[in-house]
Amino acid sequence: MGLMGTGILKGLGVTLRHFIDTYAEDLKYILNKGGVQQPRPLRRQSPKNRGLVTVEYPRERLPLPENFRYVPFLVYDTEKQDDKCTSCGICAKVCPPQCIWIVRTEDPVTKRPVPQPKEFYIDTTICMNCGYCAEFCPFDAIKMDHDYELSYYPNQEPNARLVHDKARLTKPDTYHAAIHPTDWRRELEDRAAEEAKKKAAAEAKAKADAAKPSPAAAAKSVAKPTAASDAPAQQADAENKSAGE
Amino acid sequence: MAEEMTNPTPAETPAAPKAASAAKPAATAAKPAAAKPAGHAAPKGPPLATLTPELLQLQQQFGESVITPAPYVGVLVNDLSKLRDVMTYVRDQLGFDMLANATAVDYIKEGYIEVVYHPQRSKGGQPITLKVRVPRGKDPVAPTEVAVPSLTPVYAGAEFQEREIYDMYGVRFEGHPDLRRILTWEGFYGWPLRKDWREAYYEGDTKPFDSRWPGGHHELAEERVPWADNVNYPPGFDPLNFTANPDAGLYDSMAAGVPGLDAKSNGHALQPEGIGAAVPVLDRNRNTIADEEELQTDQIIVNMGPQHPSTHGVLRMVVKLDGETVTDLKLVLGYLHRNHEKIGERNTWLHNIPYTDRLDYICGLANELGYVITVEKMMGIKPTERAEYLRVIMAELTRIQSHFWAIGFLLNDLGAFYTPALYFITERDLILDLFESVTGSRLMCNYMRFGGVSRDFTEDQIMHARQLAFDRIPRKIDELEQLLTDNEIIKARTIGVGYLPAERSINYSLTGPCLRAAGVPYDIRRVDPYSIYDRFDFDIPVFYGADVYDRYRVRVAEMRQSLRIVQQALNQLDQTKPGDIQAGKKAYNHRVPAGEAYGRVETPKGELGFYLVSDGGQNPYRYHVRSSSFINLNSLKEMTVGHKVADAVVILGSLDIVLGEVDR
Repeated sequence: MGLMGTGILKGLGVTLRHFIDTYAEDLKYILNKGGVQQPRPLRRQSPKNRGLVTVEYPRERLPLPENFRYVPFLVYDTEKQDDKCTSCGICAKVCPPQCIWIVRTEDPVTKRPVPQPKEFYIDTTICMNCGYCAEFCPFDAIKMDHDYELSYYPNQEPNARLVHDKARLTKPDTYHAAIHPTDWRRELEDRAAEEAKKKAAAEAKAKADAAKPSPAAAAKSVAKPTAASDAPAQQADAENKSAGE
Repeated sequence: MAEEMTNPTPAETPAAPKAASAAKPAATAAKPAAAKPAGHAAPKGPPLATLTPELLQLQQQFGESVITPAPYVGVLVNDLSKLRDVMTYVRDQLGFDMLANATAVDYIKEGYIEVVYHPQRSKGGQPITLKVRVPRGKDPVAPTEVAVPSLTPVYAGAEFQEREIYDMYGVRFEGHPDLRRILTWEGFYGWPLRKDWREAYYEGDTKPFDSRWPGGHHELAEERVPWADNVNYPPGFDPLNFTANPDAGLYDSMAAGVPGLDAKSNGHALQPEGIGAAVPVLDRNRNTIADEEELQTDQIIVNMGPQHPSTHGVLRMVVKLDGETVTDLKLVLGYLHRNHEKIGERNTWLHNIPYTDRLDYICGLANELGYVITVEKMMGIKPTERAEYLRVIMAELTRIQSHFWAIGFLLNDLGAFYTPALYFITERDLILDLFESVTGSRLMCNYMRFGGVSRDFTEDQIMHARQLAFDRIPRKIDELEQLLTDNEIIKARTIGVGYLPAERSINYSLTGPCLRAAGVPYDIRRVDPYSIYDRFDFDIPVFYGADVYDRYRVRVAEMRQSLRIVQQALNQLDQTKPGDIQAGKKAYNHRVPAGEAYGRVETPKGELGFYLVSDGGQNPYRYHVRSSSFINLNSLKEMTVGHKVADAVVILGSLDIVLGEVDR
């Protein structure tokens, strides 16, 4: 052990360095005559930063990483003007705190399920933001949001609720594309691949049908689009069966 | 007596008779003898393959009082009265000197509760499994008629664990020094982890609940059971005239034999005749009791907590003070109790992963790793190479940030308010930034999956991790040492404080940095390697002071070793295939083959174990968390007694507990 007090002095040196470092950014600003390019919150939170690290929320906000997750929202397909959700119920099953409630739409005549949710609730007071619903949704219909400010003033927004219903949950896919660009690109690629596959299959079929006389083939090609749109619902039903076992 | 305590359940069972147990001594005496050959003859399951040489030795020594039930792992101690002898033999002759885990399972159909012990060697290797069975008893709210002999004389670390079993299952322990409820409050009605106990707002035994889909109209649990009328109250319970006195037993036990203190005073007021009475004062060096009459000190009981800045959460320390010297200490736990294990048994296997994040919320990723490798062990699957590397990187970064936190707040407890803590939290936040960008959340990461992880690292994220691991964190650790290690005030406050020698630490089942600070090189990454830790070159830092200062130094050294692992893992990550992060198909409805497993990992706090029992369904039949924070608290009393009350704060800080894991 060295001289008594040297340890404390060494430690005070560290404190002094930190004290000077807090002005590092100001010094840089003066020396560069304001020529600091990056926005302040980003700069402060980067691994290269020295000195001050705090960000003055809510005046300044940190940019959120794409994977950031907060309570889920439902994606609305602006192209097809329809909910992406088919009310297959997988999200309700994988939800650990069981905060998702779904009422499935039924065809009024046949009583068969229609691939669309009639009601959809997420109780955000129970939701633990685990992201399972978005991860296991086979239709990319539910995604985790970036909007983390859910509180409200009951006297100013009398209709606001922490139990989000379908209207509150639904957001357009353009919003999804904006906050999850990578995920969205993957979705588009998947969809393109799927369509290419379908097209190839249809062409192969058309070729096979061309060998035969036509009327049956014409009927089939009319029937095909509806069959294709039913397919997800059937697939979902099959998965539900396997899950329910 | 011996015959009466014998549990008659035969070997080949769990489907065995309603244990009408203790009533018929003649029958019980005959049965184990008949059972043993059946146990050996039964070919089903992997019966003898799991029998290690140690267990065979045990069978030779104790003959028919220990048997091996075929379908399950481990050895059943058939004769309860022999349990302590068996355990002493296991400890002294076989060298299993540390009780890693003790828990219970309620086999309600078979009518018994099985108490499970996992003793292990502090030198390393797998723990062995020993079990005893007690009939559940006819009265569902009374403790079991048959008592299990307490193991506290053999393993001091059994104290809290047995109290927990008593609290959750109502299993009585004969000879336990302080058998009170520990996680629920004194006066709680029923035994929460028994299979027939239902919580308020009970909806179903297992998730997913049927009410959610396809006709899932939202309702609040409070609306479903409007007046909470599914809550059970004791017969004759009158809420208007009810006065709780949950602490009577606690204060009684602390005030015993001290003039001037009794239960009625609740530690606040002193009886007049107690003032000025000469009482034994523990000497500062803790070896002799000096009768220092001239000091004229009194003993008082002081409550620290549950809301107290030094207790790191809602922990209550009840200390008996003589002047400023602590003469006795008891802990009151459970303020954050939510019955994690019951929730875990309602959940499906997958549902539990995000819940493990909430155990020790400082290091969620390490907890997840413990849970998924245990389930993977039962399912017999292996994660992909890349997933293994990502897991190790995440778990080791978790260790670093947890140690930053621990050291920062240890300094807070020493009185260096927030300056050191905030210096380290800067780097911790950069690690959490990485967690957030990879997993989506800073603390509740929910990253591990069975057979893999949920997301791959992108190039940017690898770059961020490299910047941290090769540049930023090493510099910060150097700075930390510069700031603290040689500081004379810190040395004066910590060297020799909270001393607990190695053999006592082992006996108390102390694990983690605190055990390694006592000179025991016990680290599960090395003694029982899991994941891919056997591929990396790293050391297990050990110090020999067994005091607060060395616990600090072990943590600093461990951060450096963790960095080495992260650096190697990042360098080897290129050799794996990007995107290959999930073995097999991604699934949400896992079925785990019937059986049981005890899996453990080295978290920053110590050994985190998961004892899981599956009945082959979608939900765990038993989900037990062996929490290191909880079990490390066993030894707090012995570390603290004889020190000043200000040191009690520091000693607690050096244990580095997180209440989310203590109370579960």
